[in-house]
Amino acid sequence: MAITLSASDSALAEAPRPVLLTPSQVWGIVMLAPYLLIFIAFVVYPVGYGLWLARDPASYVALFNDPIFARAAVNTLIFLLVGINLKMVIALFLSGFFIQQRGWIKWLSVIFILPWAVPSIPTILSVRFMLNPEWGMVNHLIFNLTGDDGPNWLNDPTIALSMAIGMHIWKSLPFWTLILITGRLAISQDLFEAAEVDGATWWQKFRYITWPSMQTLYITCTLLSMIWTLGDFNSVYLLTGGGPADLTHVLSTLGIRYLRLDQLSLAMASIVCAMPLVLPLVYFMMKRLSR
Amino acid sequence: MKLPTLREVGTEARLLLIGIPVFIWTMIPIYHMFLFAISPKEDAFSGKLWPDHPTLHNFSIVFHQQHYFLRDFWVQFGNSVVIAVAVGALTLIIATCAAYAISRLRVPGSRVVMNLALFTYFIPAAFLAVPMYRTMGKYGLLNNDWSLILAMVTIASPYAIWVLKQASDKLPVELDEAAVMDGASPLQIFRLVYVPLMMPSLVAIGTYAVLLAWNEYLYAFLLLSNDKAITLPVALGNFLAADDSPWELLMTTGFIYALPPAAVYYAFKRYMVGGLTAGAVKS
Repeated sequence: MAITLSASDSALAEAPRPVLLTPSQVWGIVMLAPYLLIFIAFVVYPVGYGLWLARDPASYVALFNDPIFARAAVNTLIFLLVGINLKMVIALFLSGFFIQQRGWIKWLSVIFILPWAVPSIPTILSVRFMLNPEWGMVNHLIFNLTGDDGPNWLNDPTIALSMAIGMHIWKSLPFWTLILITGRLAISQDLFEAAEVDGATWWQKFRYITWPSMQTLYITCTLLSMIWTLGDFNSVYLLTGGGPADLTHVLSTLGIRYLRLDQLSLAMASIVCAMPLVLPLVYFMMKRLSR
Repeated sequence: MKLPTLREVGTEARLLLIGIPVFIWTMIPIYHMFLFAISPKEDAFSGKLWPDHPTLHNFSIVFHQQHYFLRDFWVQFGNSVVIAVAVGALTLIIATCAAYAISRLRVPGSRVVMNLALFTYFIPAAFLAVPMYRTMGKYGLLNNDWSLILAMVTIASPYAIWVLKQASDKLPVELDEAAVMDGASPLQIFRLVYVPLMMPSLVAIGTYAVLLAWNEYLYAFLLLSNDKAITLPVALGNFLAADDSPWELLMTTGFIYALPPAAVYYAFKRYMVGGLTAGAVKS
């Protein structure tokens, strides 16, 4: 977990070690204090208090006996394994599309960023209305085109969860595509020109040039996206509200559901149960980022 | 000028085959919102792709607060602005000082602080929400703007500190040494050397924190519940409470709410892309 040391360390090492702090270190402590205060008051204390609330084994028994919890855990895994991998593959593909030198692609990339630039609440509510079975735009169109009633989108747990995943992809695809574009632009063009001369196919160029240089970035992005998606509350809560019949909850909405039902110890226990999923990912990311 | 070859036409066609679906996919929810915003009530539910009589009447209803759901629109808009600006300012002050202390002053233990901050950054905010809600209740801050401001500063600071630390590690240490030679105090170096040099990163981080606070729903909805205290996204969510909620007004309000952050994002895009994406993922 070593943070890379910069040159000023050597300067510090040469100086004789004072017993008392140097004036600049005193200033440093003063300047670090505001963040430390915030950290203690709003991270250390709440987390400690939360863990204290979650200490009772009985709440874990109650949690594991709640079918909604099991369903939420499965939904979370589907969200992560299917949703994130689908999103990252599309992002990898689109990053190749957006580095093409075309005027109209440049314009499209400006529009493509919109989902990331606008707040998620109004757009999620917009999709929610679009999918309303009676008055929504989608079923209106289906009725006009085929004469049949469309599916009851958000009242079917499978479709509703798929829609929530789709919503999540819609919102965060631009960000990851942007990151992967910077990764692709960092690859030397000489390699591609040489491959072109050798008559390499599109797939060979990807397999032997693009992928090896992007591999690390791609995996880092996937893991980071998984961590963030674990906390994606809005896509599920505002689109499906966890319904129908609490079948589309994920772990991040489940805690809030218990909180609203005034079952605080269950809420904290469900969060503690998410930690085996979160902590390994966090540990791995910290190792990566502090190299 | 030469005519395009068949191969070039083929490539262009294939690119369009990707580009057009991408455009449609991106625009659907936003267009749908816009469509509702300019539709009179009777057109909004007819399923037409363009209203027969486009109108700006919905905007006038929102601006004049002429609906039960919108009676506190301007108060809530004001809350959103005040909270976003306060979060931006506080995050900047706290994170800049912390990054300076960690990167330039080399305070003992600063590596630990950096790692703790990074750890907080990775824990999803939704999991911190429940304990945070209880803690704010204990501090007696519920329903007070400060609860949301402090919560958002807590969430925004770790990433801000990390990005600013990365940026300040790149500043040559000779600058500090030269300033020390000239007899500058750490505070003078901070004010006269460090902050001016860090400006691009500071703009990026300020924008990041403002947008984060403006867009936040979960914390706002947990910590604020009084109609006069809530921010716009919570007010939008409250529309869902009633079965007969006026969708066209909800979408109009949503559209108004979405415009400022989109404008800010595009205005500061070059800072955001350079300053933030580089920091977000280091390969």
